[in-house]
Amino acid sequence: MRFFYTCKQAHQMLSEGMDRQLSVAERAQLKLHLSMCRSCSNFSGQMRLLREAMKKMSKDGGAE
Amino acid sequence: MTALPELHRQLDEMRPALLRFALLQLRNPTHAEDVVQEALLAVLEKPDNFSGKSSLRTYVIGILKFKIIDLLRLSGREIQLSDSEDSEQSEADLIDSLFRADGHTQQEASAWGSPHGTLEQKDFFRTLEICLEKLPAQTSRVFMMREWLELSTEEICKELDISTSNLWVLLYRARLRLRECLDLNWFGNLAK
Repeated sequence: MRFFYTCKQAHQMLSEGMDRQLSVAERAQLKLHLSMCRSCSNFSGQMRLLREAMKKMSKDGGAE
Repeated sequence: MTALPELHRQLDEMRPALLRFALLQLRNPTHAEDVVQEALLAVLEKPDNFSGKSSLRTYVIGILKFKIIDLLRLSGREIQLSDSEDSEQSEADLIDSLFRADGHTQQEASAWGSPHGTLEQKDFFRTLEICLEKLPAQTSRVFMMREWLELSTEEICKELDISTSNLWVLLYRARLRLRECLDLNWFGNLAK
């Protein structure tokens, strides 16, 4: 694996980070990539919104 | 406590939404009908248990989730959904189609803005539901177990008898698909 994540790797790590604790090295590589890549930072924000939306749907169906 | 006729009316009103959620999770109309029925009966049998601390809606959805988890525990493997190998291939293709050969995104992801404004809108959640409906059955079940039933990854793997890495991949695909679907149908970013 290259030291610098590609967008494809960064996307996958952003998703996996929602399901498991990433290692220190993984987090560092991800952070570095996000600091340089607007597309992946935006994707990261989109993933946060998706999780918040599901949380709300889980609580009250999203209708209140 | 809410008067009974009023409670009946409110539950009746909630029923279509409850059915939609159960169906998204179970992908089986009979099972979905059953769990919704059980959840509503549970509320009607003990209406006093609803303390009014949360809204009735939150209370009923909470019960529905318990009923669904029970059903999945009881028969999770029997009502296992198998997506065909074709769709397995198309799922892998989906990921490939989003990236160039060098691993860059084909198209730059746009900013969706602050969640607050979006999550206030009922129509957003209808769009999200439609996007969830479009997911392949197994992908959708796994995603709903994780994000709607809020089960741990360990528990999902146990219930469905799949490996952790398989679960991560399924969740990743679900999120990519939902992202694409919302981007197009809610945020209005047409693919170039």
